[in-house]
Formats: sequence, structure tokens, C-alpha cells
Amino acid sequence: MTTLTARSGTRGMSTLTLAEARLFSRDFSSLFFALLFPTVLVLGIGFIIPGMRDTIADLPEPWLGLRPVDLMAPIAIATAMASVALMTLPVYLADYRHNGVLRRLSTTPMRPQGVLVAHVVINLVAVVAASLLALLAAALVFGTPVPDQPLLALGAFVLGTAAMFGIGLLIAARSPKGSAASGIGMLIYFPMLLFAGMWTPGPMMPESLANIATWTPLGAASQALMTAWFEGGFPAQQLLVMAGYVLVCYPLAARIFRWS
Amino acid sequence: MEPVIEIRDLRKSYGAKVAVAGISLTIGRGEIFGILGPNGAGKTTTVECLAGLRQADGGTVRVLGVDPQRDPSAVRERLGIQLQESRLPPKLRVLEALRLYASFYADPADPEELLELLGLEEKRDTAFADLSGGQQQRLSIALALVGNPEVAILDELTTGLDPQARRDTWALIERVRATGVTIVLVTHFMDEAERLCDRLVIIDDGRVVAEGSPAELIRAQEHERAFRLRLPDGSPDSIPAVLATLPDVTSVEPDDGEYVVTGGHRVLPAAVLALAERDVVPEEIRTLSRSLEDVFVRVTGTPTHEEASA
Repeated sequence: MTTLTARSGTRGMSTLTLAEARLFSRDFSSLFFALLFPTVLVLGIGFIIPGMRDTIADLPEPWLGLRPVDLMAPIAIATAMASVALMTLPVYLADYRHNGVLRRLSTTPMRPQGVLVAHVVINLVAVVAASLLALLAAALVFGTPVPDQPLLALGAFVLGTAAMFGIGLLIAARSPKGSAASGIGMLIYFPMLLFAGMWTPGPMMPESLANIATWTPLGAASQALMTAWFEGGFPAQQLLVMAGYVLVCYPLAARIFRWS
Repeated sequence: MEPVIEIRDLRKSYGAKVAVAGISLTIGRGEIFGILGPNGAGKTTTVECLAGLRQADGGTVRVLGVDPQRDPSAVRERLGIQLQESRLPPKLRVLEALRLYASFYADPADPEELLELLGLEEKRDTAFADLSGGQQQRLSIALALVGNPEVAILDELTTGLDPQARRDTWALIERVRATGVTIVLVTHFMDEAERLCDRLVIIDDGRVVAEGSPAELIRAQEHERAFRLRLPDGSPDSIPAVLATLPDVTSVEPDDGEYVVTGGHRVLPAAVLALAERDVVPEEIRTLSRSLEDVFVRVTGTPTHEEASA
């Protein structure tokens, strides 16, 4: 992140971030999608899909004896990443371009990039809060376990969030307005969740689909989290895939971002 | 006159379309300076180059001694801009917006004082989306002033306002100027420019076609006079043609059952005399006062479409 020194260009950065956070909190739909939707989705799937709470009998260790809902913890986190990165982050920024907010800012000593930084910060807070909320709900309702390798889980979370935010910023870079951004976000949201294993968590995903999912940012994040939660070992390929998305998306978004 | 803005031979094209084709102008400290012109004349492009938002293709721009093309950050602290069609987040409240924008500047104005100056005290906690058009426009002006700028550029500031809100905004601009701020007014409303501007330029097709104070510009065509004439029923059809042949008359245009007669400064007595000789007594004659509007139409060849107050 940038350093928040009080010089021209970044002066007012904290005021801007707080003001944007206040606006975010006044927007019911972004609050719902960012904070509650992951929890709702995970609980809904856990209850509605048949067999989600039956003990797994036809899979080897470490899965034998677990229930599919136990596997929902990593999925909950992946859902939080996708919801924030695809549903809230790009929509605000695209609306600000459409309404001339970015253009107006560029006439002041504050750089319009400041709004981008403020929204990344706000959405980071949101994704952490939404993940904790969904994890907590899954633990309380289904009794999902904690990760075997917590540090690896944290690493996968950080890298996965960074990759997904990169996708969100790419959407924001060119969408002419908020409704267009939310349309594109919606369009890739559910395929992303499919790759993350929302309907076929972890080992229940057909191998052919899992092989494709490894190459998607959210699929890689979900698989890396799944490993951290239940399996030993190190998901090198998945972590590299996420790092690759980070390395491609950010420079590309910075290059093509339209400020007015 | 200490110049605060100097533009020399500014040029800017978008592809094949030339937006600004060599504009030069100088604006002095404390002036209200108008940039007028029909839509698409190059006004907004000129302003964007002034603000450092756009790179010019040629020419020089100095704002407060600084080149905004090279060093835009040096200009931003001292130049306030109200851009056309630039909105705020719908749920941002009035005082929040002022405090937010004040935080960007080293030496900002007091948001509370600005609220008072702009008559927005009662709306301080109202969200931007819930303000009327006039209130949104006033907030927009307040944001252009919140950095305590030496120069404020206001682009089409009364477009879309009702007549009362326009007059209130004009009074506001004069109050702001009284605090020592140089104001650049970009507009296509002639009455607004005539009322507010100390000096102005009229731009057409990317060039300056007229320059001076409103009074000077109007006086410059003083040799030309015009009046509207209504003839009685049954007067000979030849009358308009007869009038048109008089040496003092330059044109006789039918308009809505009447005639608009223009010519030199003796056009009225000459026409009345010619009518009397033919025993025609006009039903009605109204002399037309010259306004900036006439100047505009003459130099740009474009009629202004002014539906607001006249």
C-alpha cells in the first residue's frame, strides 16, 4: 500500500478513506453483498443441497468420515473474496468515473488514484470481515473444523484476495458505468464460484473440472485453502497461479484504467 | 493589470477534428472574464488545457506564472474548477463533501463560512442526490472555492437552473469576486455574460472572433440600428421592397407578420419619411436595443437558443 504522508497528492488520504467508508456503510446493497452474502450462500448450500450433511464414505483419507459441509470453510472464504472483488469494488469505481467524480478529483491536489486506494482498503476490511463472519457461521451451524496449517491458509487468503482484487480492478478499469461493471461482475461471479467448488467442495469436484479450476484465480485459492485446511503438503501450483494473476492484472489495470 | 492567466496561440485537435485553432487571451487579477461561444466552439477544451487536464498540441499556457501542462500539481492548489457535468457520490452530504475537499488543500477555506456564503447552511446534512439542481450547482461552486483559490473557473454554471436560481447564482459570483478571486466564466448564455463579465472573448470554431468588455463589443456595432415594423392591413405589397431600396436601409426581413428593418443610424427617420410619402401610417414601430446577443449572432453566425430568462 502507499505511505500516507501529508504532502500534496496524498494530503487528505485518511479523510478520503473515512468518507468513502461512510458512503459504503450507507449503501445497503454493497453492505449486504460484501458482508452477508457469503454467509447466506454457504448456509443456504449447506442446508438445501441433499447429502451435504451425510458422512463421506466413498473417499480416502483425509476426507473419510468428514461431511461435505465440513469442507465449506474454504469455500466460504473464497465466496467472500469473489463477492467483494467482483460485486462491490468495481461498481463504485466505475460509477465514480461515470459521474465525473474521478475527473473532479483530478482538478484538486488529491490524485484520483486516492479513491482507488481508499476503496481497496475499504474492500480489504470488508473481505476480512465477511470471511470471518462466514467462517464463524459455518463453524456454529455445521461445526466446520479449523485449518490444519493456519499459516498456509493465511498465505492462500492473502494471495487469493490479491488475485481476485486484480480481476475486480481490471473490470473497473474500463467499465463505462457501475451497472456495466456489476453486469460483468455477475457474469463471472457464478462460474468462479463453480470453480471454487461451491456445489462440489474439494475432493467432490470431478477431476476434469478441478484441473481447469486450478488455473482460475478463485479455483486456485479454494484448492490452496482446502489443502491448508485438511491435507498435508504445499499447494505450489495453486499459489503460483494466484501470483501469476497478481503479476498480470495489476500492471494491466494500471495501464488501461480510464480516469474520465 | 497583473495577468493571472495568459494563453498564447493554443492549439488542440482530436484526430482530424480541430477543437482549438490558435486561441490567445490574457486574464487580469480580480476580473470576471467570460469565455463565450456556441456549443463545440472549443471552450471546454481551452479550460481543460488551462487546468492541466489535457495536453495541448501547441501554444503556451501560463496560470499564475506556472505552465499547467508541465507542472499541473503547482496549479491545482491555487486554481479551483467547477466542471460541467461533474457530480458527487449520491449519498455524500453537503458538509461532508466540503470537509472532504477541504482536506486536500494546504490552506483551505472554512467549510462553515462557505456554507453561509452559498446559502447552504440548512442543507448541511442533506445528501447530494436530495439537493435541487440549484443547490447541487452551488455546492459545486463551493467545492471549486474550498481550496481558497486565486482563480476559479466555472464551466456552464447556470445551465439547467430556473430563472430565480440563475439570478441567485449571479449574485453569488459577484460576492465571490468581491473576496478577491479571479473568475473565469465559461458560458453560452449572453445575458449571463453581459450581466457579470468585465471582459470576455467570443470563441467560434476554435478561434477568438471578438474580444472586449460587453459595453465595448455592443458599442462596436453602434452604427447599426434595427426596429420592428407592423404595417396596417391593406397597405401596398410593394412597401417592404420600397424600404429595402432606401440608402439608409440594409435589410428588411419579414418576421411573424412584422418586418425587422436594419440599417445605419438614420434608418428609422428615413423609413418613416418614405412611409409618410406613400401615405402609410405604421401600426407599430419598436426600436430594438442592441445586446451582447446581437454581437454574438453577428460574429458567430449562430443564433443563441436562450430559453431561460431574458
